Amino acid sequence: MAVIEIKDLHFSYTAEEEVIKGMNFTIDARSTAIIGQNGAGKTTFAKLLKGLLKPTKGEILLNGTSTKDMTVAMLAKQVGMVFQNPNDQIFKYQVLDEVLFGPLQIGMAKENARRKAEQALEAVGLTGLETTNPYDLGLSARKLVAVASILAMDTEVILFDEPTIAQDYAGKERLKEIVRQLRNQGKTVITITHDMNFVADAFERTIVFAGGKMIADDDTKSVFLQKDVLEKAYLEQPDVMKLCTELGWRESVLSIDEFVSAIQK
Amino acid sequence: MASLNIEHLKYKYPGTDRLALNDISLSIETGEFIGIIGRNESGKSSLCQAIAGLIPNFYKGAYGGKVLIDDIEVKKVPVDELCETVGTVFQNPFNQVTGAKATVYEEIAFGLENMGVPKEEMIRRIDRAMELLDISKYRDRYPFDLSGGQMQRMAIAGVIAMHPQVIILDEPTSQLDPQGREEVFQAVQKLCGQGITIILVEHNMEKIAQYSNRVALLDAGTLIDFDTPQKIFSRVDLEQYGVEAPVYTQIGKRLNLTIEDTGCYPVTLEEAKTVLLRKGGNDPVWL
Ligand SMILES: Nc1ncnc2c1ncn2[C@@H]1O[C@H](COP(=O)(O)OP(=O)(O)OP(=O)(O)O)[C@@H](O)[C@H]1O
Ligand SMILES: Nc1ncnc2c1ncn2[C@@H]1O[C@H](COP(=O)(O)OP(=O)(O)O)[C@@H](O)[C@H]1O
Ligand SMILES: [Mg+2]
Ligand SMILES: [Mg+2]
Repeated sequence: MAVIEIKDLHFSYTAEEEVIKGMNFTIDARSTAIIGQNGAGKTTFAKLLKGLLKPTKGEILLNGTSTKDMTVAMLAKQVGMVFQNPNDQIFKYQVLDEVLFGPLQIGMAKENARRKAEQALEAVGLTGLETTNPYDLGLSARKLVAVASILAMDTEVILFDEPTIAQDYAGKERLKEIVRQLRNQGKTVITITHDMNFVADAFERTIVFAGGKMIADDDTKSVFLQKDVLEKAYLEQPDVMKLCTELGWRESVLSIDEFVSAIQK
Repeated sequence: MASLNIEHLKYKYPGTDRLALNDISLSIETGEFIGIIGRNESGKSSLCQAIAGLIPNFYKGAYGGKVLIDDIEVKKVPVDELCETVGTVFQNPFNQVTGAKATVYEEIAFGLENMGVPKEEMIRRIDRAMELLDISKYRDRYPFDLSGGQMQRMAIAGVIAMHPQVIILDEPTSQLDPQGREEVFQAVQKLCGQGITIILVEHNMEKIAQYSNRVALLDAGTLIDFDTPQKIFSRVDLEQYGVEAPVYTQIGKRLNLTIEDTGCYPVTLEEAKTVLLRKGGNDPVWL
């Protein structure tokens, strides 16, 4: 299991505005969601962790080593990132080539890469589309290709930037299962998302960003009970919790199962 | 102000052998808010493209049937002349950006310039749209330097500023923060109140239930049902079409709680609250 320490992290794209304004926290074994307003700095944070951007101040320690002291190639073996926009990630003309690219690039043996790629395609439900051109796929399937190509790299840390975009019910269920499995394999899973029901269902820990700062970090349910935090970060409670709130329950639940058994007791 | 009639619409993409749209007929009244739902690949985006005339005028392929906005048959009008009648927010905002403009402001102005809207009127509309989508402070930013959600806001602003009579939104809020998403839905509902017809594709069933007057359920290019959210989400075979009912409906089903006068399960937060309070659900014994 990887340990990631964020220490006094700062970043700005331009001289006028700082986008990450001093963040401190540590990522542990729990599956973690990062949520917050548009433009809060979530994707920027992910790119910093992936080494695509360099901190303007402060640092990120991955298993004790500063990412500043690691090359992009070294980081690539340890951190995989599914981009918010799959078009930024996909460039091969066949799905299988796309999914094989990452593992081969980080030096995985051919046979092993092939096996990982097949497993990854199965996990996202795209088996059978190996020879399809990713550009002929709709957004939802292209996003899943992007997910598969990162899964196949078998990195210790996996970043998902808004994986549920365009996904239907089955796609979301698949993604929840992938998150659960990765977590159980001891991988570090960090997911950026605007889907509060997805957060409630799949993540133990939730971190909230607002205006370039980390304003909350707790187990998922506790975060959603902090009204002021939600207000500040343009968030809402998950839908089941909204109902608990509307009914004036003194205690709140996250899932339909919990809600139903509370009533039936 | 425009009504929309779709008559026996059939369509096949070039080089494919399956109907992406299979004999769809729908009649939509002026100012209605129509939700379109269905699993991935069911034909939602294709239906949107056909209403906007992009099918068959941009995407070729085999086409049959008619799409009529009032008495205009969309396929007979060149796509660029149709933009005062129908505007589309595409599923992927990254694809909506022209790439030819240096700033967010110019990007939003692009469509209006093509329509020949007078300068002053144009400025007023753009300012309003940017304010509505909360992106005024990015007006001079290069469009590709926006965050994903900001880009999606820009795409919506661009279409709203054109004042089309029918607005198609294909998963328009997938990258918006929750409060931003709610604000967009409210803004769109307001447009309906002004007589604009809304066609909106969405996977968030809670939002569909809350805002749609009627919902079209698609599967494999076929229109399975077209009815009120209450009726659609009460269907027992819903999951068969890859759709999960709103959590409020699922709770209603699990507890066997229906709304008294309709016999339907609740679909919105409000309705769920009502049926639960009737049952005394505000005071679970476990607390
Ligand atoms: N290349 C860039 N140049 C200048 N500013 C940028 C650039 N990329 C992002 N920004 C700005 O930095 C801020 C943070 O962007 P980021 O993409 O990290 O946000 P985010 O939290 O991921 O938002 P979203 O939820 O919309 O995806 C935003 O205000 C954005 O406009
Ligand atoms: N440009 C295209 N070329 C060929 N087939 C397409 C194209 N776009 C969509 N399709 C096919 O049309 C069907 C309907 O897709 P789409 O309208 O995108 O569904 P949805 O929006 O419901 O996910 C699918 O079988 C899809 O693969
Ligand atoms: Mg982002
Ligand atoms: Mg679509």
